[in-house]
Amino acid sequence: MSEQKHAGINLKNKDRDTHQQAESPLFGFWVFMMSDAVIFALLFATYGVMMHNTAGGPGTHQSFELKSAFIETVLLLVSSFTFGMASLSMKYRPERLRHLVGWLIVTLLLGMTFLGFELHDFHSMAGKGAVPHRSGFLSAFFALVSTHGLHVASGCVWTIIMLIQLGVFGLSDQVKTRIMRLGLFWHFLDIIWVGIFSVVYLQGLL
Amino acid sequence: MRRSTNGFKRTARSRVAPLGRLARLLPPAVMALLSGCSLEHGFLHPHGRVAHDERTLFFEVIALTLIVVVPVLVGTPWLLWRYRRGKNNNAAYKPKWTFSWTLEILAWGVPILIVAVLGVMVWINSHKLDPYRPLPSNQKPLTVQVIGLDWKWLFIYPDQHVASVNQLVIPTGRPVHLEMTSDTVMLSLLIPRLAGQIYAMAGMKTQQWLQADQPGNFRGENTQYNGFGFQKQKFRTIAMAPASFESWIDKVRASGQSLDCPTYKQLARPSNVDKPRFYRSVTPGLFSWVIHKYVLHPAPACGAAANGSHA
Amino acid sequence: MNASPLWHFFFGELNYNSLPFYSPIATIGAGAEVFGALAAIALITYLGKWRYIWKEWLTSLDHKKIGIMYVMLALVMLSRGVIEGIMMRTQQAMAINNPGYLPPEHFGQLFSTHGTIMIFFMAMPFLTGLINVVMPQQIGARDVRFPLLNAISLWMTVAGAGMILISLVIGKFSTGGWSGYPPYTELHTMPSVGPDYWIWALTLSSIGTTLTGLNFAVTIYKERAPGMSFFKLPLFTWTSLCTSILMIFAMPPLTVCTLMLALDRYADFHFFTNGMGGDMMNYANLFWLFGHPEVYILILPSFGVFSEVFATFSSKRLYGYKSLVIATMVIAVLSFTVWLHHFFTMGQSAGVNAFFGIATMLIGIPTGVKIYDWMLTMYRGRVRLTTPMLYSVLFMVLFVIGGLTGIILATPPVDFQLHNTTFLVAHFHNMLIPGTLFGMLAGYNFWFPKAFGFRLNEALGKLSAWCFGIGFVLAFFPLYFTGIQGMPRRAQEIYNPAFAPYMYVAEVGAVILGLGLFALIAQLLVSLWQHKRTRVPLGDPWDARSLEWWSPCPAPEMNFYTVPKVHDRDQFMWMKEHGSAYVLPDKDAYEDIQMPNNSATAVVMGAAGFVGAFGLVWHIWWMAILGLVVVWGAVIARSFITHTHHTISADQLRDQHKAWLDKVAAAQPVSRDHETDPTNQGLAEVAP
Repeated sequence: MSEQKHAGINLKNKDRDTHQQAESPLFGFWVFMMSDAVIFALLFATYGVMMHNTAGGPGTHQSFELKSAFIETVLLLVSSFTFGMASLSMKYRPERLRHLVGWLIVTLLLGMTFLGFELHDFHSMAGKGAVPHRSGFLSAFFALVSTHGLHVASGCVWTIIMLIQLGVFGLSDQVKTRIMRLGLFWHFLDIIWVGIFSVVYLQGLL
Repeated sequence: MRRSTNGFKRTARSRVAPLGRLARLLPPAVMALLSGCSLEHGFLHPHGRVAHDERTLFFEVIALTLIVVVPVLVGTPWLLWRYRRGKNNNAAYKPKWTFSWTLEILAWGVPILIVAVLGVMVWINSHKLDPYRPLPSNQKPLTVQVIGLDWKWLFIYPDQHVASVNQLVIPTGRPVHLEMTSDTVMLSLLIPRLAGQIYAMAGMKTQQWLQADQPGNFRGENTQYNGFGFQKQKFRTIAMAPASFESWIDKVRASGQSLDCPTYKQLARPSNVDKPRFYRSVTPGLFSWVIHKYVLHPAPACGAAANGSHA
Repeated sequence: MNASPLWHFFFGELNYNSLPFYSPIATIGAGAEVFGALAAIALITYLGKWRYIWKEWLTSLDHKKIGIMYVMLALVMLSRGVIEGIMMRTQQAMAINNPGYLPPEHFGQLFSTHGTIMIFFMAMPFLTGLINVVMPQQIGARDVRFPLLNAISLWMTVAGAGMILISLVIGKFSTGGWSGYPPYTELHTMPSVGPDYWIWALTLSSIGTTLTGLNFAVTIYKERAPGMSFFKLPLFTWTSLCTSILMIFAMPPLTVCTLMLALDRYADFHFFTNGMGGDMMNYANLFWLFGHPEVYILILPSFGVFSEVFATFSSKRLYGYKSLVIATMVIAVLSFTVWLHHFFTMGQSAGVNAFFGIATMLIGIPTGVKIYDWMLTMYRGRVRLTTPMLYSVLFMVLFVIGGLTGIILATPPVDFQLHNTTFLVAHFHNMLIPGTLFGMLAGYNFWFPKAFGFRLNEALGKLSAWCFGIGFVLAFFPLYFTGIQGMPRRAQEIYNPAFAPYMYVAEVGAVILGLGLFALIAQLLVSLWQHKRTRVPLGDPWDARSLEWWSPCPAPEMNFYTVPKVHDRDQFMWMKEHGSAYVLPDKDAYEDIQMPNNSATAVVMGAAGFVGAFGLVWHIWWMAILGLVVVWGAVIARSFITHTHHTISADQLRDQHKAWLDKVAAAQPVSRDHETDPTNQGLAEVAP
């Protein structure tokens, strides 16, 4: 039962020892994400308050491209799915390390592609004069979106380190719990992005 | 103590009748205590109805809160003495006693009751003494536009087309409507004996209504730190009889320079002003220009504002 | 200013003008600080203690040592903060219609550093230190859940404090006050590096504090001894939990608003600027969304200390335990709903002001309940007026006056008159000196024997408490009266000669507060000198009630020889009464345990954080990047280290336990009449 309830985010019934060891670090990580979520909530709130402070500069319609934002959304959502697959293979196929490594690499590539698209967005916005120092609105936009972007970038670095650690230590208990936390982090960023897509891009363009 | 003439106030009183009575008894006592310290500069010596009502509220809040404070001030030393560890202390000793419903209901109940009463008072008085609420009067209010600068205050009389720096002159018995903004960092204007303070912020307009009952000369100041000349950002508020006020206006009109854009820009630079300055005329729309230059894009040029002298 | 590009690359904005030769007082201050640092280094070198300090302290992950280092930091910063306070009071006493001895710029720096230091680098480290030392022992844990993270928090906080300290020597600090309101602190109005020092010091400290909150919360949730349900937690642990939760949720707004200000200043963003769509009101909201819960972060641990002290020194169980717990939780929740009372004067509608005014007053209810519950703890007890108890009683009497003025300020129309005046200054000092500082000092006196194995000198402790109490009254009550008369805070010059007498009284008070600090330092030195006569190795100097006293003083590395099984709120008292406190258990009660090895990771990260922040302040970009790379590099490198623990065997534990119990058996229990005698070895006579 519980195996199905918690498909991949814990190791219950599969690796009891590591599951128990992981309990406190995972709980701690949830607490950290709560704190991080407050940061995003405030950045969202600031964006909401400053959305109309365009100071005569470009507004949402002049700055954003829905197509690109949509592609970014798809990339991140798919990467969440691929990380889910990584978690499942870690839980149910720990002996087939290649599966886990493969899914992690796919996730990493998707994350990096996302970042590439985002940088491209920023670049084309700058071409239209939509730079952070142009107005309060753009300051708030860049603060919110690039804070998320920095999180994704750290997630990518973390994934690379986990790939190295898988090579060095194999699937040790510690590596397992770290990948579990990375998974939480990655899904969390996905949720934040859904918020950004809705609040920033959809609200701004529709 | 002068009685408030406002009907709203009486409603508030009747709702808190028993405690209100206590509140009326206590202020004279507290006043007597404080008057020994000569508190003649602040709102405890009000000279206008706003500051007066603020003082009344101040004493009511103190009186109500003392109900929970006094037992602690008295009880703590007494408990310390009564239950001290000592050879011949025959007071009861119950090391395992940890709870009593009666005491617990008192401990929660009394503060809850008092905060409930205070809450009603806060709600009513926040609305009644809302600085944005026009003061009821049969006199036409006088509008004064206030621009906060580093480190002085500019007062513009839009209907009289004159202005002054670091001196606010107002007629008695007539509501005064201060409209405020800042052409620098955030400031806060306080004339304690007339009314409380409100912030002045660039690109925004805040308001304060006040009224002086009798002629007088009061201190006014900026209370929000804004740099190295902050401590000198003081001004005089002079309340004079309506006739004297008119003649003061005439006197200002007949003398001094005019406040045009270059003069204003010169004035707006950070500096302290030793003596009040007076201007016989003011560029129309200066006040709204100061606000608009932070809000409109592109920023309008000084003196080009189209919407008249009223912001 | 017109430095060559090469100079600019290596040294950024640094130049000769950054040195403190702009005023003799700044030179003297900086000189004293540099001299102090050099003297400390020389002394350690002379004693040959570098290796000891590095091995036993700087790299230690032991929560007790980390806690002690936090408290040491707090005491150092307290000294600077008190001196600054005395300097400001002296200026105001002298500057009645004349310029006094401090120029406005210097005065502005003083009130900014004073506030920043006292809140972020005195009060916060003090309470974090006390919680660190005490909380894990109170809940029967061997350490906090994440020992390395704990050390990282410490060294980040130290790095932040280092920024404040170095700002006295190189460059000038902000004059924007501890709250740093823009647009005044924007680049346009303050082009100096001052606000940058403030921003990065706060950023470092808030990273440390967030991680601390996380660590403590997880520890309390996950590491309690078997049987210790939530309603058996000692009150200090409860308040630690609430403080931790507040840290987790309240520090992010501070981080967000200071970093936004940094973006404004460094990258020309427009969050809080005048014009260009900036809005400083957002800053006020964000800052106080942190700032108000912060007040309760500061005060709740003190409430916890008082709860322990009143029960212990009244020889009685705590009255109204559940009520106190509920009150604590109510305060923690409500603290997020009142931030707007810091700016009633911003011009929002009366309804909004009234809502926040009433919400503020609601906090008065649980606070009042707590006060009454502590009084009822003394009621029918047997009270010993020791130093911690003296602080607690002074707190009760003075704090309620602060509560009264708090209710006054929570009334928006009255706040219009008193906001930004010295009345406000008096009010928050009234909350933070009797509330936070007295609580911390009570805890310091109470738990000092636990941390070091000997008691502090009582006479000097009481002298210090009286000085702080009387000094506080004299220094701050006059400010209530000047505030009522409209004297603004932060005034470098006093325009109204009528305020002179108040300023003189306040000056006397400030000097007495200084004497209090002096007595506090003297107490520590004299106690060190006398420590052979005040040793309490057996562990229980106060006939205490909670679990942290169920071990020798100082406690062994792993805190307890066996994991206790908890039956009662006052578990240690319960064990003493049931005769089970000093009984050697069966062999199978012991098991091998893992304790963390020392690690240099945290101290390296702290040093790198300091270097990086210094680089940011002075626009020395290579240094900033280096700092950041080393911080993250240290985290990554650490994740490749696998041997992070050492084992203490069950046999070792049993031997040590037996050694302790043998000493206990040989000792003579003392009654409370001999609490402060040399005969008190830490074994209390069990009450009949």
